[in-house]
Amino acid sequence: MVEREYLRRLWVNRIILMLCYAAAGIAIALLLLILGYTLFKGISYFNLDFITQAAKPVGEAGGGMRNEIIGTLILIAIGSVIAIPVGLMSGIYLSEFGNPRLTSVIRFVADILSGTPSIVVGVFAYAIIVRPLQSYSAWSAGVALAIIMIPVVARTAEESMRLVPNSMREAALALGITRWRSVMGVVIPGAITGIVTGIMLGVARIAGETAPLIFTALGSYFGYQGLDQPIGALPLQIWKYALSPYKEWQQQAWAAAFILIILVLIISITVRWISRRRTR
Amino acid sequence: MGIASIDHRGIKNHLRNFTRLGDKTFPKLTFVFALIIIVILVGTITVLGIEAVPAIRKFGFSFFSSTNWNAVTEQFGALPAIFGTLISSLIALLIAVPVSLGAAVFLTELAPGWMRSPASFLIEMLAAIPSVIIGLWGLFVLVPFVRSPVESWLGSHLGFLSLFQGPPFGVGFLSAGIILAIMIIPIITAVSRDAMQAVPDTQREAMLALGATRWETISKAVIPFCRSGLIGAVILGLGRALGETMAVTMVIGNGYKLTASLFSPGATIASKIALEFSEASSGVFIASLVELALVLFIVTFLVNVIARVLVWRFTAVKAEK
Repeated sequence: MVEREYLRRLWVNRIILMLCYAAAGIAIALLLLILGYTLFKGISYFNLDFITQAAKPVGEAGGGMRNEIIGTLILIAIGSVIAIPVGLMSGIYLSEFGNPRLTSVIRFVADILSGTPSIVVGVFAYAIIVRPLQSYSAWSAGVALAIIMIPVVARTAEESMRLVPNSMREAALALGITRWRSVMGVVIPGAITGIVTGIMLGVARIAGETAPLIFTALGSYFGYQGLDQPIGALPLQIWKYALSPYKEWQQQAWAAAFILIILVLIISITVRWISRRRTR
Repeated sequence: MGIASIDHRGIKNHLRNFTRLGDKTFPKLTFVFALIIIVILVGTITVLGIEAVPAIRKFGFSFFSSTNWNAVTEQFGALPAIFGTLISSLIALLIAVPVSLGAAVFLTELAPGWMRSPASFLIEMLAAIPSVIIGLWGLFVLVPFVRSPVESWLGSHLGFLSLFQGPPFGVGFLSAGIILAIMIIPIITAVSRDAMQAVPDTQREAMLALGATRWETISKAVIPFCRSGLIGAVILGLGRALGETMAVTMVIGNGYKLTASLFSPGATIASKIALEFSEASSGVFIASLVELALVLFIVTFLVNVIARVLVWRFTAVKAEK
């Protein structure tokens, strides 16, 4: 009787642990499946024309996404130009100057903001910029992307500045350096790898964002025409081409996905490489 | 001449003013930037609220109970979209929670030391893939697979349940739920892994010393200890699932009706906004879509607040020990 109870416990243990191994296997297999399939499909439709040529109308062979690649880079640039100063300064406040109660409120709000659906951010940018100005524009999309990027930059900047030991701040103060100079000259250089990591994570996050662009950037058949004009972007084009009935367009969607995924992969692996070196 | 003639007092005054100015203004400046984060959040809810007024005024509560969405007659009801959002998120949780918790147990309790960090990295990579690419994969790989064998099998074997009735389209609630599950597995896994890692080893050792098996240790000593962290992780995943847009829009098929069938094409709040916002012409149409966005924002806000409080409370308890 005791023997049987013991065996039962042993088998329950084995089966459930097996299921846990399987669960981890499933999660990793999903990544490899999606990543592998996209890379495989993408590279077979990818060629030099794809990055050097503009899009061609349906039915004409060839053509590429030069304009959309440039558009995505411009949107990332606008988003970063807004989000990096705001995120970094907020991070400095949270880590160096904030009083405890206000700090925890702002940190909480930043976390909530990063969980806000990106489509809602798009509607917000539409309501405050596109609608009053009566025009879809590159910079309204940049603002939407910045809103998504700010919490990422702020929280990672804060956390990496907190890791700078207090003795370094004290040493700076003891030398007669003022607080703000010690932040700029000691704390930020000490935390710079973490700050850069946060910025890269933010860029990776906004590079593939599509939902906030639909009714801000809108998409465009032409290249860059000014910040106050609609602009094309890779993720928008993937969406449009994927849902189109034309074979050539669907193939181009895979090629565009290939570029986007390579960009995200490079950033993620670099970030991991940097943070591993830092912890050693 | 030379060094002796330097105006020391002047330099001192200059320095004092300069440094005082710096120490006075710089913290305030950083505070202003930090306030921007709060302004964005408050601004979002205010602006959406104002923009939604025409729809709120016209439809009142019937916005939430009507199943009609007609741009020509300008009648808008959100019930099917709300229903679709809940159904697809529910399917996602049913699939993602066991997988994620299993994976988290693997990462904290079972995996050999050298494997933990690379395995965590791979699972978190899944979250880095842009939504639109997951949608692309979903549309061309998952949807055909769901159409047959999955839906045809479910239809012929479990077709007596109203859940599995109707023609197997492939696109629909089931595909959307599976895609959402894939997208929330990384976050639930990562947060629950952190929660389990925070459980002190003494808990495990005590249980093992009593002769418990590994699973008994996990289920009786580890999981109860970090339960609020795990619940927080699941709710955080729910928040992501509710608001996820692109991938869902691509595989849910854009239907608009209340039905018990999981095979049926449907819509979520987010997919409705994504598909129709740039084509909305009239004021009431736009206001109705903005009201949808407002509903989505408030719901995800509340869900995220609950999740954060649960996760934070747990980590705070841990920090005290």
